[in-house]
Amino acid sequence: MIVVENVYYTYPNGVEALKGVSLRIKDGEFVAIMGENGAGKTTLVLHLNGLLKPTKGRVLVDGVDTREVSVAQLSRKVGLVFQNPDSQFFCSTVEEEIAFALKNFGFSQEVIEKRITWALNLMNLKQYRHRSPFTLSGGEKKRVALAAVLAWDPQILILDEPTIGQDYRQKEKLRQFILQLNSQGRTVIIVTHDVEFVADCVPAPRVVLMAGGRVIADGDAEEVLTNPELVKKASLIQPQISQVFQELADLGLPRNVLNVYEARRIILERWRGR
Amino acid sequence: MSIFEGFVFRRIDTPIHRLDPRVKFLYTLVTLVLAILFNEFLALFVLFVGQLPLIWVARVQRSWARTMKGSLALVLLIFFTNLLTRWAYAGFRLHPVYLEESLAMTLRFLILVESFSIFSLTTSPDDLSLAMEQAGIPYWFCFAFTTSIRLMPAIARDAQTIVNAQRSRGLELERGNFLTRIKNYIPILVPLIVTTIRRSLELAEAMESRAWGATEKRTSLTQLEMGKTDYIATVFLLILLALAIYIRVSTRIPNLTSLIL
Ligand SMILES: Nc1ncnc2c1ncn2[C@@H]1O[C@H](COP(=O)(O)OP(=O)(O)O)[C@@H](O)[C@H]1O
Ligand SMILES: [Mg+2]
Repeated sequence: MIVVENVYYTYPNGVEALKGVSLRIKDGEFVAIMGENGAGKTTLVLHLNGLLKPTKGRVLVDGVDTREVSVAQLSRKVGLVFQNPDSQFFCSTVEEEIAFALKNFGFSQEVIEKRITWALNLMNLKQYRHRSPFTLSGGEKKRVALAAVLAWDPQILILDEPTIGQDYRQKEKLRQFILQLNSQGRTVIIVTHDVEFVADCVPAPRVVLMAGGRVIADGDAEEVLTNPELVKKASLIQPQISQVFQELADLGLPRNVLNVYEARRIILERWRGR
Repeated sequence: MSIFEGFVFRRIDTPIHRLDPRVKFLYTLVTLVLAILFNEFLALFVLFVGQLPLIWVARVQRSWARTMKGSLALVLLIFFTNLLTRWAYAGFRLHPVYLEESLAMTLRFLILVESFSIFSLTTSPDDLSLAMEQAGIPYWFCFAFTTSIRLMPAIARDAQTIVNAQRSRGLELERGNFLTRIKNYIPILVPLIVTTIRRSLELAEAMESRAWGATEKRTSLTQLEMGKTDYIATVFLLILLALAIYIRVSTRIPNLTSLIL
């Protein structure tokens, strides 16, 4: 379990990026941290594996204060996938790239081999095993970065802006993949301002809405993302389906419809009912 | 990375910010010459303290302090290298004079950081580029120069992100013996160099698509003009330089140790 207790964080240049954030994330939860650029989302998740330590307040991961253990120890449990894969590649093959963390964490050579194969298969990257990561496309790079973290099988997985630079089909695959990881019991936290991506997740995640370094809403996606005021406060736009249903509210349709699947169900129900 | 921070320009309105960039460049140059001219602790101390008021007038004390803090490691290195070599050279004997001389050398470095940081904290890269152009330096060079200054904070931030990404993958920079520690930096340096080169290429493409270098003679919306204050400052700087040279050749500056002991 992750407990964030009244955390403040000020960057060395004086920017106060977090202003009293409190949050509890239980094991196995699926959470989307949302909000506009500069809301403090990345700053918050950098606290979860100890890369940043709160200026005030504290962060507990499974009861341990992040100040008391090393980033390496925490990362074993909390896997963080960065937004830009280019900020981590330095090896000449994809395989070595994935092996890097495994070596750091002290896995045996045998296990490392197995894990690499497993992660590559999982992310559908088998054919790139001996390619240089620098020669891959944007989407493939993102998958390698994800595979490199999945390889050590962290119990908590955090993805910072996973949908940026991905086309629609890749996003769809990524969504299924994230849902699958979560259904296998892992805690999954995604950081994003991609409302449609979150709205189309079934089951819908818990949404933590951030603005100006604070959490301004925390609840089911259905509640938060269909609330026009909250969404506006976070400088986001409601999912399109939800906008349509709000326009049609005077026909007696519900206002809190998130995605196409649900819209279809409701429309069919009505259709058949008449 | 905080040593970079003290060099980043912020636009505020103070007498120092308003000075012509060429005058401020002359100031940095004069300080450089003075710092090399003298190697006595007393003289260098006066030079260091004499510049402090400028920092307050320019209202850059916080960024300046951060640069100073960032250069602490280098300062200690310079001080102890000086002290150790003097000590070894004298047959492993310590004398207060060595302490003073080492302090003087450290102060010399600090003066250079001080004046360079005053210059870059109060001079906008645009004005600097303009000044260089008007001095007849080719535009491509001015552009490359100011761009490298401008990119410094961005690169520092990239470096921070890369360090974060690699630490999340279990990299421990502080672990191991001397050689291992150097090797630990490879996962930081490779992505940093790659991102920086990529950033430069993107910048080059963007500039070319906006007709960079289309005409030989580039015009500028604003022209730098020296005002009254600028001339006064220039004259003052030149007098200061002449005076310093005069003092150098005519008098012997005593060292502190002999004054005290
Ligand atoms: N390394 C840094 N140094 C200084 N300020 C930063 C740094 N990283 C982020 N910030 C600032 O902190 C605030 C929150 O940023 P961030 O957490 O990256 O937001 P988000 O991920 O929600 O877009 C922004 O105002 C940003 O400019
Ligand atoms: Mg971010």
